[in-house]
Amino acid sequence: MKYPGWHYYTHSMLAYIIRRLFLLIPTLLGISIIIFLMMHITPGDPAELLLGERATEPALEALREHFGLNEPLYVQYGMFLKRLVKGDLGETIWTRQKVWVEVKQRFPATIELSIAAMVISTFLGIILGIISATKQYSVFDYISMLGALVGVSMPIFWLGLILMLIFSLHLGWFPMSGRLSVGIDLHTITNFYILDALLTKNWAAFKDALWHITLPAFTLSTIPMAIVARMTRSSMLEVLRQDYIKTAKAKGLSPRVVVLKHALRNALIPVITVIGLMFGILLAGAILTETIFAWPGVGKWLYDAVLQRDYMVIQGGTLFVAGIFVIINVIVDVLYAVINPKISVQ
Amino acid sequence: MAFLLPRKKSAKNPEDRHPFFDQLEQLWRNKTAVAGLLVITLFVLTAILAPFLSPHNPVEASLYDQIKPPIWAEGGAWKNILGTDDLGRDILSRLVYGARVSLLVALATVGIAVFFGSFLGAISGYYKGFWDNIIMRFMDILLAFPHILLAIVIMAYLGPGLTNAMIAIGIMYIPRFARIVRASVLEECEKDYVTASRSVGARDWRIIFVAIFPNCLAPLIVQTTLGFASAILDAAALGFLGLGAQPPTPEWGAMIAMGRSHILRAPWVMTFPGIAILFAVLGFNLFGDGLRDALDPRLRD
Repeated sequence: MKYPGWHYYTHSMLAYIIRRLFLLIPTLLGISIIIFLMMHITPGDPAELLLGERATEPALEALREHFGLNEPLYVQYGMFLKRLVKGDLGETIWTRQKVWVEVKQRFPATIELSIAAMVISTFLGIILGIISATKQYSVFDYISMLGALVGVSMPIFWLGLILMLIFSLHLGWFPMSGRLSVGIDLHTITNFYILDALLTKNWAAFKDALWHITLPAFTLSTIPMAIVARMTRSSMLEVLRQDYIKTAKAKGLSPRVVVLKHALRNALIPVITVIGLMFGILLAGAILTETIFAWPGVGKWLYDAVLQRDYMVIQGGTLFVAGIFVIINVIVDVLYAVINPKISVQ
Repeated sequence: MAFLLPRKKSAKNPEDRHPFFDQLEQLWRNKTAVAGLLVITLFVLTAILAPFLSPHNPVEASLYDQIKPPIWAEGGAWKNILGTDDLGRDILSRLVYGARVSLLVALATVGIAVFFGSFLGAISGYYKGFWDNIIMRFMDILLAFPHILLAIVIMAYLGPGLTNAMIAIGIMYIPRFARIVRASVLEECEKDYVTASRSVGARDWRIIFVAIFPNCLAPLIVQTTLGFASAILDAAALGFLGLGAQPPTPEWGAMIAMGRSHILRAPWVMTFPGIAILFAVLGFNLFGDGLRDALDPRLRD
């Protein structure tokens, strides 16, 4: 059989990436349709939903005129879509701020928390998985796999409160809430506080930001950590059974080299997909974690909007989060295809 | 699933034995599955026997018993074994009745999801082509909302409450069942018995739901068990956020939210409901894992 050259792979890879990007369009349109319809199918006057109950009749009429609420539904959707394409997510009901401005302010906080949780869960999860696989059926294996099962069964809002009770209220090791202590000055550039502190070489703020992020990040990392640990273990077990590992062992390589250099690289391929899927879990978990630790991110903002019935924020924020989630998933798929070219060729 | 077929009468020869018994034996030998089944049994019995098990009325406030600690702590008494909350309600009784609420929510949400998911998945897998594309794209869009966010957004429009929470979580779970059933139906459609049914002139719905569907049950049962676990977890999360069960309903998540304001003075108020959630969810997860090993040999490690 003639082996296809590298240009064959890069070509089909490019086709794969383009196909994935094209498939994004109907999904994003679908998301916008669902969010649009939710607002219009539910009972009640959308104008009143958008302006709040205390709005006056002329204001309601002006809004109906502005958003074309008197037009037929498909015309309204067209206008909605047109505003979206221009990047206009509307104004919040209570603060009369642009929704987009608020998203930009809060999203870095959520991403910072998610990345911190991801680093913790990936690092610890892979280590636990490797040790469990190399010592299959040992006490360590049983305990860590039971631990992983407890981890996925854990109500993380409860875990967050318990951690807060022990580590902030009783021991006083970590702060209870927020991203930065009062009185710490930080010149924000990117709104990622840890990164900003590094960029401005503000070590006091750097330490303070890390100190604040520890508890929420650990809370958020439990479920992904458990998933990564289980995935690494089972994929490692499969790889360790293969012939090339036997060859490596027969060559007289030390077990450490065999596991870390030969097995791990292949065992991690399925784990990477799981890590990509974790973003959904993290974004969803962020709503609960941010609410508990008063972390000023998108999750807490959306939740507050639900409580205050700020439908402009709910609409804009959900669109933004779902859109980001879909795009991240495509990026993960593409990266996965780059690592494992068999996928795109198929 | 094979166990829907009548049992063969002569089981002396191990070759004649119905595969269901092999699977049962496998399940029984799996210690984690048995442990999970025990926890589930305990949970279901608690829910059914709640009126007999709970020492007090779960919603009755008592002015004289506010914030009593559990029995082993200083000041605890036999009257309230696990203590009371800030309204003087007995925590043990609320936990026992909370099992009822959780079980009900889990049954309703998974019921909605399995019903619609199986239906859509079966249609998708059987007819393929156009309808498959439409249905599966729609499922993809539902999956585009990260997990509980979809439920929270639906709740924002429907308004808070236990029934709405069940509907929201149920809708959120439809895609995972639809995908599983679709995959199994696609696989079964290739087999000879489907061609045979078709050739004797069976109607489509009969082929789908009488011939094919029973053979797709194994992965569906596994996913249903795991679905119970996440339904309990998500309903508790909505309850905690104040969007699910409303006071004075004894719901575990809402109990944690109530206990949060007395976290230092009365940590037990929020601790016990969390342990209850953890155990119930763990039970279904353990059993689901065991079932997967027994029923779906392809997924065995």
